[in-house]
Amino acid sequence: MIKFTSLLLIAIGLYGILSTRNVIRILVGINIMEIGINIFIVAMGYVSDGAAPILSVDSPGSLLKYVDPVAQALVLTSIVIGLGITALGLVFARRIHSKYGTYDLDSIGGDS
Amino acid sequence: MSWFNVLEVAVSILLIVFAISAVVSKKLLTSIVMLSAVGMAAAVAFALLSAPDVAVTEAVIGSGLITFLFVASIRRAGKAGDVL
Amino acid sequence: MKKIFAGLAAVAFGVLLILGISASTDIFRYEDALTEGGAAARYIAKDVNGSNGEIVFGETNDAETGSANMVTSVIANYRSFDTLGEVTVLFLASLGVSLLAGTMVKNGKRKKSGFVLKTSARFLFPVMLLTGIYIFTHGHLTPGGGFPGGSMIASSFLLLYLADEGFSTRISSFKIAEGIAGLLYTAIGATGLLVGGYFLMNFLPTGTVGSLLSGGIIPIVYVLIGLKVGSEITGIVSSMYNGEVKV
Repeated sequence: MIKFTSLLLIAIGLYGILSTRNVIRILVGINIMEIGINIFIVAMGYVSDGAAPILSVDSPGSLLKYVDPVAQALVLTSIVIGLGITALGLVFARRIHSKYGTYDLDSIGGDS
Repeated sequence: MSWFNVLEVAVSILLIVFAISAVVSKKLLTSIVMLSAVGMAAAVAFALLSAPDVAVTEAVIGSGLITFLFVASIRRAGKAGDVL
Repeated sequence: MKKIFAGLAAVAFGVLLILGISASTDIFRYEDALTEGGAAARYIAKDVNGSNGEIVFGETNDAETGSANMVTSVIANYRSFDTLGEVTVLFLASLGVSLLAGTMVKNGKRKKSGFVLKTSARFLFPVMLLTGIYIFTHGHLTPGGGFPGGSMIASSFLLLYLADEGFSTRISSFKIAEGIAGLLYTAIGATGLLVGGYFLMNFLPTGTVGSLLSGGIIPIVYVLIGLKVGSEITGIVSSMYNGEVKV
C-alpha cells in the first residue's frame, strides 16, 4: 500500500518541477521526489511480519524473520546526500537572486 | 482491518494531501512548510515499515535542517510570501 | 499551458511506474531471496566468510562483526567503502556552499529574539548536544548511528544561532575537526590494509554481541563519522545564516 503511495509521490514531485518558473519551487519538487524514492526503496525491502533489523532482548536470535537491512543502509546514505544537494542548490538560488533581483527563471533569459 | 492497515491508509492519505498542497499553493512559505510536513509523515511511514534508523534520520534532516535552509534562502527577498 | 503539459507528463509517468511495479512483483519476491541465502540473508546471519551458527544477543562471542544493529554492520563494516564515498560527497557539498555563499554581502544586524526562545535555548542546547553524542556512540546497539547523531549536533548549534544574536562560531575550528576526522577514518582503513590484507578490515577483536565495547572498529568509525557529519552540517548552516564566513 505504501509502495503505490510513494510512486504517486514521485509523480507529484515531477509535476512540481515541470509546472513552475520559480527556482525555489523547483527545489521543493526535487525534495518531494527524493522523499518518494526513499520510501519506495524501504518499502520494497519490507517482509510481512518481519522484525526491525536489530538484535535485542525481544528478538535475540538471528534465525527469526527480519526485514532487509541493505535497503535501509542505502536509504540512510541517500537522505544525507539529499541534504547536501539541497544546500548547494539553494546557494545557487541565492546567487541568482543577488545578481538579477528575482527568482523567476523565464525573465532572466540568457546572455545575448 | 487491523490497526496496522488503518495507520497505513492514514499515513498514505496525509502524504498525498501534503505533497499536493506543497506543489499547488500560491505563496512560497506555504510550500516550504508543507514540505516539512511531508518529511514528518515520511518519518511515520518509515517507522511503520520497521526501519527505525531511517525514521530517526529522516525526522532530524527532513523536517529540521531542510526547512531551515529554505527559509534562510528566501528571507532576503523582502516579504517572504509575495514571490510567485 | 505549461501546467497542462506538466500534468500530462506527470500522469503518464505515474501510470508507467505503477504498471511496471505491478507487473514485476510476480517475477522477483524478496521473501524467497531472504530464505535462499542471498546477500541480505548472509548479512543478517553474519556468515559472509564462513558459518558461525546462530547469533544470540548477549551470548555470542567473537562473531564476524559483533554489532547488534544489522544496518550498522552493513554501513560500517561490510560496505564501509560506500560510507567513505558518502562522507566525501558531503565534504564536497559543504566546500561548495562555503565557497559560494562566502562572497556575498553581509545583511547587517540580526533581529533580537524573544524571551521564550532565549530562555529555552539555554536549557535545550546541552540536552540536544548530549542526545546527539549518545546516538552516535551507541550506534551499534540502538537505532541511529553517525548520521542522525551528527545532524542533531548541528541542529543544537542552529538553535544557538537562532536564539542569540551575537553568537558566531569560529568556523576554522569546525573545519579542523572535520579534516582530522576524515583523515583518521582513512588512517584506520590503511591500518586494516597493513594488518590484515584489505582496506577497512575489522582488525580489533569483536566482543560479546550486545555490550558497549563490541564490534571491533565499528564504534570508532561511527564516532568519527558523527563528528565529521556534525561539523560539516554546522559549516553549511553557518554559511547560509551569515552570508559571510569569518575565518
